[in-house]
Amino acid sequence: MIHLPILKATDRKWETDPSQAPTHDLKDEIFQLEKEGEWIVQRVPEPYFEVKTKYGRIKKIPLEKTWHHKSCGQCGHIPGYSTSIFWLNRQFGLDYHDPTNQTSCTAWNYYASATSNPEAQAAVAIRNFASAYKTGYFPLIHCGTSFGHYKEVRHALVHQPELRRKVKKIMDRLGLPFVIPEEIVHYSEWVYAMRDRIAERQVIDMSHIVATVHPACHYHKLIEEDAIYSEEIYGAQRTAIVTGTLQALGVQVKDYSTWFDCCGFGFRHILVSRDFSRSFAVQRKIEVMKEEANPDVVVTHDTGCVTTLDQSQFAAKAHGKKVGVPVMSDSQMAALAMGAHPYKVLQLHWHNTNNKPFLEKLGIDWKKKWDEFEAECEKIRKGEKAYLTWEDADA
Amino acid sequence: MEFALDLSANKYADVPYEEKERLFNEMKSDERWPHVLYGCYECGICVASCPSARFYDFSPRIIAQAAAREDVDLLYTLMNDSVWDCSQCFSCDRCPRGNSPGQIITVMREVAVRNGLQSAKEALEGYGRIIYKIMSTGTQVSPDMLQPNAFPDWGGHVNEISEHLEVWRKALPPETLHTTETGWKVDEKTLIELYLIWHMTGVMDMIEQIDEGLYMILVDVMEERLEDAGYDVTFD
Repeated sequence: MIHLPILKATDRKWETDPSQAPTHDLKDEIFQLEKEGEWIVQRVPEPYFEVKTKYGRIKKIPLEKTWHHKSCGQCGHIPGYSTSIFWLNRQFGLDYHDPTNQTSCTAWNYYASATSNPEAQAAVAIRNFASAYKTGYFPLIHCGTSFGHYKEVRHALVHQPELRRKVKKIMDRLGLPFVIPEEIVHYSEWVYAMRDRIAERQVIDMSHIVATVHPACHYHKLIEEDAIYSEEIYGAQRTAIVTGTLQALGVQVKDYSTWFDCCGFGFRHILVSRDFSRSFAVQRKIEVMKEEANPDVVVTHDTGCVTTLDQSQFAAKAHGKKVGVPVMSDSQMAALAMGAHPYKVLQLHWHNTNNKPFLEKLGIDWKKKWDEFEAECEKIRKGEKAYLTWEDADA
Repeated sequence: MEFALDLSANKYADVPYEEKERLFNEMKSDERWPHVLYGCYECGICVASCPSARFYDFSPRIIAQAAAREDVDLLYTLMNDSVWDCSQCFSCDRCPRGNSPGQIITVMREVAVRNGLQSAKEALEGYGRIIYKIMSTGTQVSPDMLQPNAFPDWGGHVNEISEHLEVWRKALPPETLHTTETGWKVDEKTLIELYLIWHMTGVMDMIEQIDEGLYMILVDVMEERLEDAGYDVTFD
């Protein structure tokens, strides 16, 4: 393997200018199509944050009234990821909706098996958007792949009248409105927009923590112009997402040379060809991070990335690879900083790589916390309570 | 250095050119094709950023070039022996020519599935349970998939999760996550709408081509639910 030197920041000031953008702003066409009666555009509810995207355009991020488009991988296998997003909303007293009238975007399967087609994928997306619209809440997409895929779907619907016609016909038959949100918003953009407020409520010092960030491919490579960038972070030469959040929490974010590489998830590979996913995650990501930055934690913002980077380390350890770095999402890190329970909220027992030394470094008595969680589980086992409630989580 | 991928036309010499051309025309007629393929500078940026190229005998550049040259024989070989190695991360979207080799591959895979190519069936072997899960329940992976025999390389922690699954799911504060067979609680009406989408968009026809057994199981599940909801829908 060739190790490239990490580029140092220069004194050059990079300023984004939307008028120089190599792509046109899709929003003009989205609203034009609404004027022509093609669809309804669901507006971002006020109040909202304004953030800059890659070419300096402004993107609106809603504060609340959010409809949480959950992620199947997060909810199924690392549920503390989604729980932390909800917990953050609750801590700030924000109004949100956790729907049951929601399907997966089905894009994981599409990218894995191709057993679908653009018409079906667009119909699934619009069905979910219609469901959000009917509640009056605005979609906040938890999964990076859903986020990227929905941007692709929106792009296709804008540019392909025939596809729009087919999807409209399906929505009519389902008795649902044809709705497109004004913005496609990923939850990590909301966390980024909230980062200063989160930092104001921080109770756990993280200034001695070193983290490496893995930006999710489907966040910043699919319709790349719609990802958040900041002149303050890497001179706006790479996405500011996650890094900006961690820096607000005082975490030392260290760079590494393979930051652009994917995690190795591969969609099909993580399920039926995991030798590839393991090899890539360990050799191109975790080992490089260890060697160049030696982080206490790897932080990312997508389902597959947390899964692949975390789960792949077990088998690699048996082969003497340089592994052993816990992996979590930005939502979990933000919640932890604000004092969330590592097991009742972050649900770290669903993660694989040993995260106890990391918790100890933060001054968290993980044994005591685990005993507290176990006591709650015991009550559930004995039938003394049906479920762990939000009140229990903060007790 | 010996390569695993045979790019000569020898392997598929017995497949009539007309058949290869028919499949290529299917790719080319896809509405996305002109938006994801503009030519190729042969710069190799796509290969440099490609994760699959590091561990497989796989090259997004070769695929983009073959597509740009309309090399029907080579595209047939690649559609059978290469496209399933792609990670679909779209790192290759940084192509200076504006190509998306990943999207070209998406189209090629769809053509392979729609036509029931044996190579596609083999690539998706063992994957049927995932298709079943997403198409029938609306969520792709479920907590009860975390079984040690499914993820032996993830270690004893999977065993622990599966052992405590029922209780640990109840120990999740969000009410929608108390499920074990789906990622979250999905409404019955939502599933009906999803089934109708599969029905109206020809996705079930694709499943029938790739896995007849899976198709029959899905038809049973969907038709029963649709019938109970008052829909007279058959997938025949």
